[in-house]
Amino acid sequence: MDSSRLWLLRPFGERSTLIFLGVLLAAMTLVTLLHVALAPGHPLYVNAYTVNLFGKYLSYALLAVAVDLVWGYLGILSLGHGAFFALGGYAMGMYLMRQIGERGVYGHPVLPDFMVFLNWDSLPWYWLGFDMAWFAFLMVLLVPGVLALVFGFLAFRSRVTGVYLSIITQALTFALMLAFFRNEMGFGGSDGLTDFREILGFNLRSSETRLGLFLASGVALALGYVLCRAIVTSKLGRVCVATRDAEARTRFLGYRVERFQLFVFVVSAMLAGLAGALYVPQVGIINPSEFSPLFSIEIVLWVALGGRATLYGAVIGALLVNYAKTYFTGAMPDAWLFALGGLFVVVTVFLPKGVAGLLALRLRQRRDDGGSLSGKEASA
Amino acid sequence: MSILRSLAQRDRVFDFLVPAASPVDVRHGPILYLEDVTVSFDGFKAINDLSLTIDDGELRCIIGPNGAGKTTMMDIITGKTRPDSGQVWFGSRHDLLTMNEPEIASLGIGRKFQKPTVFEALTVFENLELAMAADKRILPTLTARMNGEIRDRIDEVLEVIGLKALRGRPAGILSHGQKQWLEIGMLLMQRPRLLLVDEPVAGMTEQEMERTAELLTGLAGKQSVVVVEHDMGFVRSIARKVTVLHQGSVLAEGSMDQVSSDPRVVEVYLGAEAEEETV
Repeated sequence: MDSSRLWLLRPFGERSTLIFLGVLLAAMTLVTLLHVALAPGHPLYVNAYTVNLFGKYLSYALLAVAVDLVWGYLGILSLGHGAFFALGGYAMGMYLMRQIGERGVYGHPVLPDFMVFLNWDSLPWYWLGFDMAWFAFLMVLLVPGVLALVFGFLAFRSRVTGVYLSIITQALTFALMLAFFRNEMGFGGSDGLTDFREILGFNLRSSETRLGLFLASGVALALGYVLCRAIVTSKLGRVCVATRDAEARTRFLGYRVERFQLFVFVVSAMLAGLAGALYVPQVGIINPSEFSPLFSIEIVLWVALGGRATLYGAVIGALLVNYAKTYFTGAMPDAWLFALGGLFVVVTVFLPKGVAGLLALRLRQRRDDGGSLSGKEASA
Repeated sequence: MSILRSLAQRDRVFDFLVPAASPVDVRHGPILYLEDVTVSFDGFKAINDLSLTIDDGELRCIIGPNGAGKTTMMDIITGKTRPDSGQVWFGSRHDLLTMNEPEIASLGIGRKFQKPTVFEALTVFENLELAMAADKRILPTLTARMNGEIRDRIDEVLEVIGLKALRGRPAGILSHGQKQWLEIGMLLMQRPRLLLVDEPVAGMTEQEMERTAELLTGLAGKQSVVVVEHDMGFVRSIARKVTVLHQGSVLAEGSMDQVSSDPRVVEVYLGAEAEEETV
């Protein structure tokens, strides 16, 4: 740990991070190879639809990592992270809308279809600049970041924590959902933004672009994971854990707790925004339902299932639940919600530390069998 | 190489910008000075015209029955509670009533709470690391690195509090007494000038109590220590000077023998305890 000069590089000295990155890289390579090298008729062939689906899961996994950062390590149960995800998604959606150009149904050179339909004659000011990729991608991070900064500043300064904070995050995302449902807001109302054509000049419907987006999501997940890991293994991460467990005590040690909370909350919101921006081109639509309070609660379920305060647990949870969701909604559409509820009950009752806790226990048992540790710890 | 590194320390370019290690001015005598402090909660005067001075390097015990205002006094010194009137000075330069909690803590006043609160999920070593006097803003904390000097300092404190063997274990597994010592260690990491210790031996075994007495008397001299305690045996074993609080003001002050023979003290406090003991 001492040898790494840069705090950002510190995670690369950890075995768990290397294993995580290795597994992720192997999975990405495997999917790419099975998609590109095999003929469509081959039994192991991965089609473009599946690649697209995996890309979507990876962007969800990044969102789960962002939630685990604030919930697992800082103890802030945000039930409104869907809002940051959706705002990142909308910023990306606005860029994709502007890329449609004259190819829309109404063929207007500048205005998106829904604005023509509403008889608007010019772009609202907040749509300016979204025709430029760099500006839009910057906004993907900045808009959720600034919202988190303002919201967090007010909440943490007033020392709002615990269940009260959870409730106001839920109110935040609900308020945004209602706002985005309104046509006058200029974000397409309940239909949202859709009918995208291309991103950075690449056709969104081609399988190469889909593969590219899948890989981009994987890289973003890897970078986000390393960033979060660097944060939680730093002294700042230990201050976060201290804040989670004994906030008054941490404040008394001289740490401005509200500033640490704000910093981590903003980082997490920006990661959620990035996840949303990767999600939107892969599903081809962004609408106000992403702001729905239920979605935000579902994200928390992923993290709880996977295991809090491990980061890789959040990734496992997001992938497992979303894979199960795809499977169930295809095979038995009515059973999905019962399955999700049942899964959650099983985990809270039998696996309080989630799937990651189970893995850690297994590892420890194996190590104990080696005889280096006493059995005391495993039972604790 | 080391020259390059020292040149790269941008915060150390101008010597006059480096804060002095201890800005507390004790040339004029006491390190802590309270005068005519009054605080009331809903009309009840928890502290009533309290005046108290603590000398530099002194070990002082403060005793008094429940509700005498001991904890409120600590709250005032550490900035948690603001008095209605009166003055509180740290050395002769720092008016504590104009400062907030973190500022007072960084000035060198450490407080050990009644109930031990250590960070249970972190190891003993990490608990001490967080408590260390350091730049506690966000970016320096994010980029902070462990070095030999910090490690030595933590080892030194681990030695003092006797938890060296448990350095890598999570603080949650420590016994009650060990948690109390760890908390004292966390205070020491901040290199305090004044330690406020609230009921250190409550719930401790005989042995742990003895060990704590050794620890606290060893600390006095290097820093001033104020101990609030109920256990008279313990107070007798460590105290050189005792202050008795009653109804928010000082009832008596002096050596343990002096105050325990003071008839007013016997009546309000020691008497009550003696009765309890005979029951």
